Amino acid sequence: MAKINVTMTVNGEEVSGLAEPRTLLVHFIRETLNLTGTHIGCETSHCGACTIDLDGVSVKSCTRFAVQAEGAQIRTIEGMAEANGTLHQLQESFRQMHGLQCGYCTPGMILRAWRLLQENPHPSEDDIRQGIAGNLCRCTGYQNIVKAIQHAAATLNGETIAEAAQ
Amino acid sequence: MNDMTPTREAREARLEGMGCKRKRVEDVRFTQGRGTYVDDIKLPAMLYGDMVRSSYAHARIRKIDTSKAEKVPGVVAVITAETLKTVNLAWMPTLAGDVQMVLADGKVLFQNQEIAFVVATSLQAAADGVELVEADYEELPVIVDPFKAMAADAPVLREDLAGKTEGAHGKRDHHNHIFKWQVGDKSLTDEAFNRAEVKIDELLSYHRTHPSPLETCQCLASFDKIKGELTLWGTFQAPHVIRTVVSLISKLPEHKIHVIAPDVGGGFGNKVGAYAGYVCAVVASIVTGRPVKWVEDRMENLSTTSFARDYHMRTEIAATRDGKVTGLRVHILADHGAFDACADPSKWPAGFSNIITGSYDFPVAHLCVDGVYTNKAPGGVAYRCSFRVTEAAYAIERGMDILAQKLGMDPAELRLKNFIRREQFPYQSALGWEYDSGDYATALNKAMAAVDYAGLRAEQKTRREAFKRGETRSIMGIGVCFFTEIVGAGPSKNCDILGLAMFDSCEIRIHPTGSAIARVGTKSTGQGHETTWAQIIASEIGIAASDIMVEEGNTDTAPYGLGTYGSRSTPVAGAAIAMAARKIRAKAQMIAAWLLEVHEDDLTFDIDRFQVKGVPERFKTMTDIAWVAYHAPPPGMEPGLEAVSYYDPPNMTYPFGAYICVMDIDVDTGVAKTRRFYALDDCGTRINPMIIEGQVHGGLTEAFAISMGQEIRYDDMGNVMGASFMDFFLPTAVETPHWETGHTVTPSPHHPIGAKGVGESPNVGGVPAFSNAVNDAFSFLGSTHIQMPHDAWRLWKAAEKLGVTG
Ligand code: FES
Ligand code: FES
Repeated sequence: MAKINVTMTVNGEEVSGLAEPRTLLVHFIRETLNLTGTHIGCETSHCGACTIDLDGVSVKSCTRFAVQAEGAQIRTIEGMAEANGTLHQLQESFRQMHGLQCGYCTPGMILRAWRLLQENPHPSEDDIRQGIAGNLCRCTGYQNIVKAIQHAAATLNGETIAEAAQ
Repeated sequence: MNDMTPTREAREARLEGMGCKRKRVEDVRFTQGRGTYVDDIKLPAMLYGDMVRSSYAHARIRKIDTSKAEKVPGVVAVITAETLKTVNLAWMPTLAGDVQMVLADGKVLFQNQEIAFVVATSLQAAADGVELVEADYEELPVIVDPFKAMAADAPVLREDLAGKTEGAHGKRDHHNHIFKWQVGDKSLTDEAFNRAEVKIDELLSYHRTHPSPLETCQCLASFDKIKGELTLWGTFQAPHVIRTVVSLISKLPEHKIHVIAPDVGGGFGNKVGAYAGYVCAVVASIVTGRPVKWVEDRMENLSTTSFARDYHMRTEIAATRDGKVTGLRVHILADHGAFDACADPSKWPAGFSNIITGSYDFPVAHLCVDGVYTNKAPGGVAYRCSFRVTEAAYAIERGMDILAQKLGMDPAELRLKNFIRREQFPYQSALGWEYDSGDYATALNKAMAAVDYAGLRAEQKTRREAFKRGETRSIMGIGVCFFTEIVGAGPSKNCDILGLAMFDSCEIRIHPTGSAIARVGTKSTGQGHETTWAQIIASEIGIAASDIMVEEGNTDTAPYGLGTYGSRSTPVAGAAIAMAARKIRAKAQMIAAWLLEVHEDDLTFDIDRFQVKGVPERFKTMTDIAWVAYHAPPPGMEPGLEAVSYYDPPNMTYPFGAYICVMDIDVDTGVAKTRRFYALDDCGTRINPMIIEGQVHGGLTEAFAISMGQEIRYDDMGNVMGASFMDFFLPTAVETPHWETGHTVTPSPHHPIGAKGVGESPNVGGVPAFSNAVNDAFSFLGSTHIQMPHDAWRLWKAAEKLGVTG
């Protein structure tokens, strides 16, 4: 099948590559751009492991074709930490609050949580639970993911919050 | 650092040893998307494999035409059973002593069975090839109901077994029969039932489901023709076992096989077995001379690799009128699908289902399990539980509730009355286990106090009256579960996999500057071994956990181990780690004695140092000792400071717990809402409370899913229903209840650090707690037992049957 050149900005850098019209964006990100932090758990838009940020919204990157992302502004997990290696508060909070186990859902969760906090810097527990309902986790039971997002929100807002575990 | 300055507390804290809520080292890479999962690995000239699968559940294959697929640009090869026969790999042995087709050989026995393997230069080309492989089928009659499998006129599923009246586990009674496994004293048990004042008899079905980790099963095989070596990366919970299996079936010498399990995105039992995709990728790499990657998609995962449960348990309990149990009699019909691909220790065709007497002092019991073939996917894995333990716990815990209902007794009171008492441990169960330790009454009382159990029952009483008066449409259930697990397989005297004794292992090397590397035979799939294993070593030898690197999953470097499943990592490998550390400590003590010019017996170990008894200012730290071990060891002593331990556990461990679930169910919609869930776990010594709590949350969420809706269902034609995340219930953050946790600590007396394992307890205890809550809610309406899963539709149907819907 003929390939088309696609150009997009990923984590602040303009990148381009060839993709068949049917190539999913997630495959383009992983296989062509070699950004393997974006994971695949279903390819049917259910699990959210492939969540990225695209033009200001959370997008399951298995739900788009690469060619649809022409000209898009994309952020993946690889673009969350600062250039000097300092982790984003969400990354730090996921670790602090034990918000991950196998780590497979984590990049998608963090990207989703990041957008959620952009839209709502003071989310309630229910806001968070509703807000991450498109992202499945098989390991954590979500409770510590919720805590991690609360912890990140509080820290970013200059508040303090209790630690995970009894 | 001046070691004189810090206080004992500071030295202890610096170690981050056992009991510390140490933050996980794994998270640094995982939170940045820098984990390395199998699908993240790419090799030059790598090919992609994709599977052609059967549309039918039972059919003869007249012909497979691969010619069109082979012409697709990018397709390099199409492998069928005929190809595999040339290397004698059309069939492979299963862990349960059966054989299994790798690619369909003459017929298919379940829907989505593997038929051909297309290898291409891209994912897309492979998918195009799959579309064009044509199979010509002749449909055959299908059996999906295990109760029909043993009918005299049932169609023959396994023609390859024709005439074989002996299976791997004794006599086969019927052409679709796999095994009969019995334990306990039948005549004494029958006698107890003949004399019984009260009896219950209920068929308790535990439906078919699937572990479904977020990362599916996958592998990357790379065969180097020049060296004759195979490197196989894969999502393996037991990499060493995979290496041995690959060697046995491929005839490649084991030292030329390098199996590597990199980061694994969850396992839950799904990643123990050996699957057709692995064999095909290996053969394809040998045939093409190029690396071949195989990545299962979600539908393939749910419908082919390793289902769990499908146990149908006729459960009978005999008791006295005042509620003392006098006998347990259970018959289980076990549906194993088309091939017996259970991942149980070899001698245990029904796993450790004989833990079915649970936490109760049954004087006599008898258990009989019949395994049968059906036209469903093969397997029978332990989905986040020790082998068949969740099934057993479900039967006994539902059974006890049904008995309580019949006796008109409170279910918690009935349990307290029948518990194995603390002073009875070590306890010999009627079905042959020696329970190592327990303090059940304390745990249950603590859980009841935590939720104000009496208050809940009082509220339920009021609510029931209000319901009867028509003032509410909501019913309230209180589910009590007290489970005893059996984990840590296991002692070589009764546990092996393919003849390999189920020990585990650890190798620790202390470096000259006092940091260390530890390699372990297990494989974390999210449990955080890199964090917790270092904590054990830190406490045992006094090197800070942050100075210890833990490595697992590479069979070239790690000592041989049986892997991670059945909550065996802490009971078995955790012990090996402690024992290896103690060997190092023993040598360190000799060095310290020599340095301090005292007798070894004059030294005590204190957190991170050996000090002269009574003279704490005379000491040598582990860092000092490590340097000496490499620089100038005592005369006559070998240099270096390292140790290996292979640990064969003397017994299993028996974690237990008390779970209480409070639920409200709307009878008009069947919607159940978990109001409260309290889980008290006793896993013995606690290595990292933060990780334990995380494990409990995760396991409870899986238990919630299984009991409340997660199911792999088939229609009469053997079509698998709902093998996608559209239909297969995985709870999101919205449905998942809030979890409350608690604990007691009853250390295992035979384990070096007293730890018992915890990862699976919440699944084992959670399922009956949910189901008991549902059934308790309906009990006052005259219901005895409602089968799982308890989704809204089925609960509404149950309410309708009881005549209480609006
Ligand atoms: S892989 Fe995209 S939603 Fe699951
Ligand atoms: S941490 Fe494993 S799926 Fe979320």
